[in-house]
Parts: sequence; structure tokens; C-alpha cells
Amino acid sequence: MSEKRLLLGDEAVALGALYAGISGVYAYPGTPSTEITEFIQLSPQGRSGEVRSRWCTNEKTAMETALGMSFAGKRALVCMKHVGMNVCADPFVNSASTGVRGGVVVLAADDPSMHSSQNEQDSRFYGKFALIPFFEPSNQQEAFDMMAAAFDLSEELELPVLMRTVTRLAHSRAAVVASGQMRAQNKLDPETETANWNLLPINARRRYQVLISKQGEIAARAEASPFNALELGPKGGLGVIACGNAYNYVKEAAPQGISLLKISQYPIPAALVHKLADHCSSILVVEDGQPFVEEQIPALLGAGYKVEGRLTGRLPRTGELSPDNVAAAFGLEAKTSFAPAEHIAPRPPQFCQGCGHRDVFTVLKQIYSEYPQGRIFGDVGCYTLGALPPFKALDSCLDMGSAITLAKGAADAGLYPVLTVIGDSTFTHSGMTGLLDAANENSDITVIISDNLATGMTGGQESAGTHKYEAICLGLGVEREHLHVVVPLPKNIEAIAELIRKEIAYHGLSVIIAQRECMQTLARKQRAKKATEK
Amino acid sequence: MKLDIKLSGVGGQGILSIATVIGQAALTDGINLKQAEVHGMSQRGGDVQSDLRLSTEPIYSDLIAKGGVDLLISMEPMEALRYRNWLTPDGVIVTSSKPFVNIPNYPDESAVLAELAAIPGVISVDIEQMARDAEVPRSANMILLGLAAPHIPILSADSLREAIASIFARKGEAIIEANLRAFNLGLQYSTSL
Repeated sequence: MSEKRLLLGDEAVALGALYAGISGVYAYPGTPSTEITEFIQLSPQGRSGEVRSRWCTNEKTAMETALGMSFAGKRALVCMKHVGMNVCADPFVNSASTGVRGGVVVLAADDPSMHSSQNEQDSRFYGKFALIPFFEPSNQQEAFDMMAAAFDLSEELELPVLMRTVTRLAHSRAAVVASGQMRAQNKLDPETETANWNLLPINARRRYQVLISKQGEIAARAEASPFNALELGPKGGLGVIACGNAYNYVKEAAPQGISLLKISQYPIPAALVHKLADHCSSILVVEDGQPFVEEQIPALLGAGYKVEGRLTGRLPRTGELSPDNVAAAFGLEAKTSFAPAEHIAPRPPQFCQGCGHRDVFTVLKQIYSEYPQGRIFGDVGCYTLGALPPFKALDSCLDMGSAITLAKGAADAGLYPVLTVIGDSTFTHSGMTGLLDAANENSDITVIISDNLATGMTGGQESAGTHKYEAICLGLGVEREHLHVVVPLPKNIEAIAELIRKEIAYHGLSVIIAQRECMQTLARKQRAKKATEK
Repeated sequence: MKLDIKLSGVGGQGILSIATVIGQAALTDGINLKQAEVHGMSQRGGDVQSDLRLSTEPIYSDLIAKGGVDLLISMEPMEALRYRNWLTPDGVIVTSSKPFVNIPNYPDESAVLAELAAIPGVISVDIEQMARDAEVPRSANMILLGLAAPHIPILSADSLREAIASIFARKGEAIIEANLRAFNLGLQYSTSL
């Protein structure tokens, strides 16, 4: 059987995982990884429930649930954006010690240039940190092909495997040929050596030794990987190491007389690097994200060998690779024929017309003008746009779930008044625990949960706590008389402002849930309803 | 043979539907394709763009190099100007002439249109008006694709029509009809220039 389809890199990963016989995908939405899980949800296996695919509350719950499935003997895929790796780092790193039974592949989609992220951290560091094998596909077809290889390797070595993609692969379409049979799911076959999963120090020390003893085999697999390839050019020329997606930009620039080592499976294949170095006079490392490989090469070749890349300035230190900056690294000039146009202005993203967050920030802008000494701590989501004109009513966006805890710390230090805005999905992701801290001390902060009944930023996925926010807040210890639900609409703005003033005057913890559905999900539901009525 | 297309517009204007139709036609015709999009935050009323590369040879990079765009298709005039300097010397711009003003500092509209009009060979049409006149108000983007079609020699007009029919198939006969009519309207206008 063979089918040719036009797929995003994300969709190629998803189809590859289905072909590899997964029993579940566990994920929290995050650009640019979201479409992987959505593709599986909409697949026949996802719709029937044969492959579990409901969104998780956060990346840590996703990682742990996948490990539970692996414990029971089945294959599971975990997906997230790069910063999600920070959230699940604890189970991720420790799973290298427990090892896996059913195959586990962790997919981290990095976002160099921060198209929709707060940093451009490189997930390959996590693979090295956890001492596990990791992959970096160079194109959509390879992303599909690699999935089966990654799951097989995971089960052979009894280790989780990491796969790293970048925005330009995740969100780029190309034809993908899916051939062969879909592998049947593993049968239920729970772990018998449960001591391996019980990381008491006495077991953990033994398991860590086991992990260390596998390092030679992991390295040998990368050395012999069909995804790594060395193309030797004329002797004494420039050697290029191109990692994952970077391979495409090098091939596009097609400089003459180079030798090229493509790396798509790690750890760094040291023997191949030595072969390249012996054949060439110097090496240029082309990699998207951080200088992960470039930093390690001197340890392999000695400090005397000339290595260039992002650290030496031959490529930019920050931002994603492009055909332009890679061509420039080869000394090729840009072919631009025209000057930039004159009459253009930046067009930043903004709230949708009619969005409830808009009304929340109309109120907060007013409140801010009344309490200029106060501060409003924000969080990650569409509502982060409240920091921009015309509202300019948000003072922070650090990481998922940080609004309430930053606010509590500032209030502990004596700042007053302190407000915070957090979205519904971000609140359940990792804001709830901070609210418990605040409730335990009755912190003098006013929390606004801007609840649009969806995970809006990533396209309106379901939100884990919808219709449960009052109960959650009460359960965590928020006092009934300081817990309010309001509807953010232009006609209610004055009443909401008055309520906030009242709660600012109260020196303790208050929570206001501003609840109105996301305009995008609402419009989608109305369109679907219209279609069924026809 | 190769053709590198950049699509631009404002989030929500439907540039990705144009890309989807071209992609479907390329897949059917066995033409290699790569199409890079940006999702997430930038979709919310901000500027959006997509690189769409077609070739009979293998394509490596998902992105087009600066100065390498053969055809710029834009749903908005200022968004067309934004990528002016990405064009090859004989690159073509096909754009809607109707400004979409959702920012306070949008440049003077007549200056935008004048700068655009001064570019040799530019095809700038009020596709929204054209769509309303033809009673296909929701298919302005397919008028734009029709306008661009003569500049996509790597795909035939019939391939694009078939792709429209297949992409809109699940939305019913009437929607397919409206989009085909819009496409033909744009194509006719373009060939009469």
C-alpha cells in the first residue's frame, strides 16, 4: 500500500506515528506543534478512539501519561512546543532512568526566530542532558520515515527517544509518500520488572548505571544511521556540517567544492565528523537554533582545528536560518534587485473584533490610569496582546502559569495594588498551584481569569477546566465573597471596573472570572450549525 | 521549470486557501512543491505571508531567497509593497487594490496605491468590488488566483479548476460553482489586459 499526500511537517510526524502503531498521543497545544495531535484526532483511528488523543492539561501530565501507557506495553507519542520541554523536564529526564517498555517518542517543536514563542531554546540540549538518542528530520518525508525508526529504536534500547523539529519544517507542506503497512498496536503487556520504575535511590543508582552502559550502543546507532550522510567533495576544501532542516539551505545555496555531513540522528556521529575533518581544511557548522553541535566539535577535533558557525559570527548568533543568511555564510551575494518600498507600516497581531479579552483590557486600562503605582502581571495566550497599544495594561509574560505567582511575590514584597490576568487554559496548565499558594496566605492580589472557554491562541482547542473554574477556585481556598463571575461585554465595563476597585480595596485574595466564549470557536460552531440545518 | 510564489495579506483574508488550491493542483500534476506558512500569534489580524515553491526538479529550501520571488500574490496593497524587494527583476505582482486598514498608522492610501501603480507590470484590481458585482462576495481570493493564473505557467488553468472543485467539494455544489466562477472571472480579466 502506498499513498502520496500533501502534508505539513507536523502532519507527516502524525501520520508516521500512526503507521508506527501508536496507541496514544499525549500533548498540550503549542505553536508550532499543535497540528500533530489535531491530525491524529481527526484520523479514523483518533475518531474511533482506537488511538487515544484528547488534549492533556499540560506537558508534564502528557509525558507521564505516555510513560504509563509505555509501562503497560504500548507505544505512545508525546508532543509539545520547545518550552513545553521545560514543563515536563522532570519526568522526561527520569524516564531515561526508568527506561520504557512500549516505545515512547517525545516530539519537541522548536521555534527559532520566536514567531510565536518567548524564547528560541534548542531542544537538542535536552536529548544530550537525558543521555538518550535523538532525531532531527530534514524534511517532511524524513519526518514520516523517522517515526517508525524512532519507535523501533526506543523499544530496542528500552529508552525514550526525542525528536526535534523547527517551525519551518513543522509548518511547511510537501508531498509525502506513506508506504508499507500500518503496524498493529502492541498488545497489553505490563512491566514485570517494576523495580526499574521505582526510582528509590537504591534502584536509581542501578538504573543510572544501566543508562550509562547504553551510551556506546546509542552512539554506534547514530554513527550507522541511514539519516546521517557524508558526501565528500574535493580534498582540502571546506567541510560543512548541516543539521536537520539546515541541510536544505546548504543544498539550495549549492556552493562548489564543499564536503557535506548531514546530521539527523544524534549523539553527534564522532567518526563521521573525524572523517570530514581529515578530508577538509576547516569546518562550517550550519544548524538552526543554538550552536549545539558547533560547541561540541572542538572537544572532538582539538582546539587547533578551525570551526566556524553561529559562535564565530559567520552565521547570525540569533534567529532562524534562511536561504539568505546561509548563502551569505558561503560568501554568496544576495540577488536583491529592488529597494524596500516606501509606504509600508508594521501590522502587528491584535485581538479579534468582539473578543472578550478586549473588554477585559478596556477595563484594566482604566484601572491602570487610576492606580499608576499598581502593576498587572500577565501570562501566555492571546491576552498577552494586552501589553501592546492601545491597551498597554500588562507588565509581564514569563512562562505558562506565572501570572499568579509573580503577583504573589510582588505583593509579598509590599507592592500594591497587584492584579494578574491569566487565561483559562493557562490557569489549569500551571496557574492553579500558584493560586493555592496565594490562598494559603490570603495574598493581597486580585486575580482575573479571562475565560474564553477555549485554548484560543493555538486555534481554539478544548480547555481542560471549562465550567469548573468556580469549583476549582473554591476548592483551592478562595473565599466565596471574593470570588466573582462576570461577562466581559462593552455594556458591563463600568460594573466590572467597580468590582475590581472594590476588590483592590480588600486586602486579601480575590478572583474574578471574566467568562465569554472565544469569537473564533463561537463562529466555527455557528458555521457548523448552519451547515447541518441546510 | 520552476516558479517561486509569495502570498501575502492580513490574517483571515484567505491567502492559505489560495495556497491550498495551488498545492492540490501541483500534487495532481506531479509537480514538486514546498509551502511554508506561519501559524499562531501572527494570524490574529497581523500581516501574514507564505512561500510557495513549484518545480519540476527537487526543491530543498522551504523558504524563497530574497530577490527570488517570481510571482507575488497579495490580498492587500500595502502587504504587496512589503515584499516588493523580494521580487526577481521581471517578477510579477498580482494584488487586491483595496486597502485593509486595521492599524492607526496605515500610510496614506493614495500614496500606497501610487507607489504600487508605478511598478512595471503590476496587476492591481479591486477584487472585492468585482466579487460583489458578480454576486460571489466570499470568493474574492479565487478571483485573485484567476488573475494570477496566466503567470503560473507550470500549472494549467484546468488543473487549477479541478483543484478548486476538489478543495471545495465538501462544501457543496453551490460553493464550488461560486469559486469556479470567481476564478474564471479573474482569468478572463487578466488575459484581456
